[in-house]
Amino acid sequence: MAGSSVSVDYAEAMITTPIAAGDWLIVAPSLITMVGGALCLMLRKNTDLQPKLGVFLLGLLVLASLGLLIRVLDQGVITMVMGNWLPPFGIAVTADPLGATLTFIGSVVAFCAGVFAMQTVSSSGRRYGFYPFLLLLMTGVCGSFLTADVFNLYVWFEVLLISSYGLLILGNERIQLDGAVKYGVLNLVGTNLFLIATGLLYGIFGTLNMADIAVKVDALDNPASGALATVAALYFLAFAMKAAAFPVNFWLPASYHTPNIVVSAVFAGLLTKVGVYALIRIFVLILPASLEYMADVIGIVAIATLITGALGALAQSEIRRLLGYLVIAGIGSMLAGLAIASSGTQATLAISGAIFYAVHSIIVMTALYMAAGIMGMMGSSFNLRELGGLYHKSVAFAGVFLVLAFAVSGLPPFSGFWPKVMLVDAAFQGGRFWLGAAILVSGFLTTLAMGRVWIYAFWRGGPEGTADGQSVDVTGAAEGQLSSGALWLPLGVLTALVIYFGLQPEWMIELATQGASSVVDPFGYIRSVLGEQG
Amino acid sequence: METGVAILIGLFFTVAVYLMLSKHLVRILLGIAILGNSVNMLIFTNGRLTREIPPLIPSHLYTPETATANPLPQALVLTAIVISFSFFAFLLVLAFRAYQELGTDEVNKMRVAEPENDPTPPQGY
Repeated sequence: MAGSSVSVDYAEAMITTPIAAGDWLIVAPSLITMVGGALCLMLRKNTDLQPKLGVFLLGLLVLASLGLLIRVLDQGVITMVMGNWLPPFGIAVTADPLGATLTFIGSVVAFCAGVFAMQTVSSSGRRYGFYPFLLLLMTGVCGSFLTADVFNLYVWFEVLLISSYGLLILGNERIQLDGAVKYGVLNLVGTNLFLIATGLLYGIFGTLNMADIAVKVDALDNPASGALATVAALYFLAFAMKAAAFPVNFWLPASYHTPNIVVSAVFAGLLTKVGVYALIRIFVLILPASLEYMADVIGIVAIATLITGALGALAQSEIRRLLGYLVIAGIGSMLAGLAIASSGTQATLAISGAIFYAVHSIIVMTALYMAAGIMGMMGSSFNLRELGGLYHKSVAFAGVFLVLAFAVSGLPPFSGFWPKVMLVDAAFQGGRFWLGAAILVSGFLTTLAMGRVWIYAFWRGGPEGTADGQSVDVTGAAEGQLSSGALWLPLGVLTALVIYFGLQPEWMIELATQGASSVVDPFGYIRSVLGEQG
Repeated sequence: METGVAILIGLFFTVAVYLMLSKHLVRILLGIAILGNSVNMLIFTNGRLTREIPPLIPSHLYTPETATANPLPQALVLTAIVISFSFFAFLLVLAFRAYQELGTDEVNKMRVAEPENDPTPPQGY
């Protein structure tokens, strides 16, 4: 090359300081799951090895994301840039407290699901690639939480979407194909809307780096004008679709009850929350001015999501479908946090409430789907009319279910209570009484729906028609599986987390507050990505 | 130049939305294929259509001498094409399998996952 004749000053274009060894943790979650997924894919015919390898890799992922979280809390926001090119030219991967917290909680849930799947996914499910899909899904989830580039976020969304298609149709039953058609088409339309907004954003600013865009938006005279309003509306529509907000959420109740129960558990825990995370990232970090004037729209959508989700749950007798509607109701609470955050003074409290709620929802929805799976095995049905007598079957399991029911309804002393307190507090302080009221009413309706499941499936002596005071001996078809520790261990771990966050919320509130301030006041984030020039 | 292409992109979006409003899965999928392509054109146009020289740097320099064409939208569009193409292929197979199993390609009649006369939950407590 003729390059030798030119003296190149690399410091002009590249980061020349070596990367601290600990900072490599930031790519570890994506790397472990991607390489691990490929490895699992190659070994997919070895059905005995699959679960062990998959669970081992997911365990590594938990450790890596825990290490990353500790490092972020210790050192502040950390950034790594692909190819060491100076930002905004290299694609930046950035871990701030928000992204790192969600990555860690997401990894824990995926690990629990991996263990649960050792029992519930048959060997043909393994041969068709359950573990590779689960690992690659986590690649997309972790990548979304940790990227600092809008186009890169789109790519990670697609990675998690294609893996979720694979998981959704694993088993190839009629009902799954029906659910997958609706899930597939509507989610693809959602990502296309996201891509349109990203294309327009690139057209306006000529950059895709989130920190760079945030600086440029801030420098505009009228940061809520014309073209940016279009971009903001498109982003809201796209991510509302991903997050399953009313009225673009009909794909969720159509599909979440169709696949294997562990797949439902992972989806309910993680997928919609990635959409919520993207909404927080885009609106609070990049487009705060747009958030201000869209707050009323977001608030109305939040109220409608809260109420329709809870009413939908009340109208279902199939417990998996009922839980699908509860996922939607939870999304409403997080959107309410976003709407409240527009007023400025309550922003940190509202966003930290939304983050805590997301963490709570990830854990409790996964645990509830696992519990529903166990209920199905005990009673050979998912229908409230056919279930009954489960309290006599296992008192301990009935207790676990009651804890989860309390948590998802937002009753103390479990994890759902504190984020709701924060959100309602922020709503009343910010003068958005309707949002606070909607959160409380939705919690009340959820209590009714969960109470009904408890009364019919657990307290009633047997299936419909059993006389009062009588108890029928229920024997499930899958009775033999129930002794397996692979079912009880993950459910126990998640329930323990629910109780722990309920009794000791300070740690999580502190974490959520740090996460919220890193997006509400993005100085640290921008400086980490762009260096001193920002 | 951009104005003309913008109108064309608008037409593409119109066709895509029209097709996606259909009840039949095949038309919806065609709509999605067109939607994907209109998004690609939109990204490409947002990188500005110029008749500049290709973005090549002479060997004795390390920045280009004059304004060059913008290479980034091409990289973005290439990524988006690959992704939307593979999703389209997947959805085609999915739609075919759904047609085989459910015997219809009309989305209103696909009611296996959400049966029409679903029994209400038990009333009362």
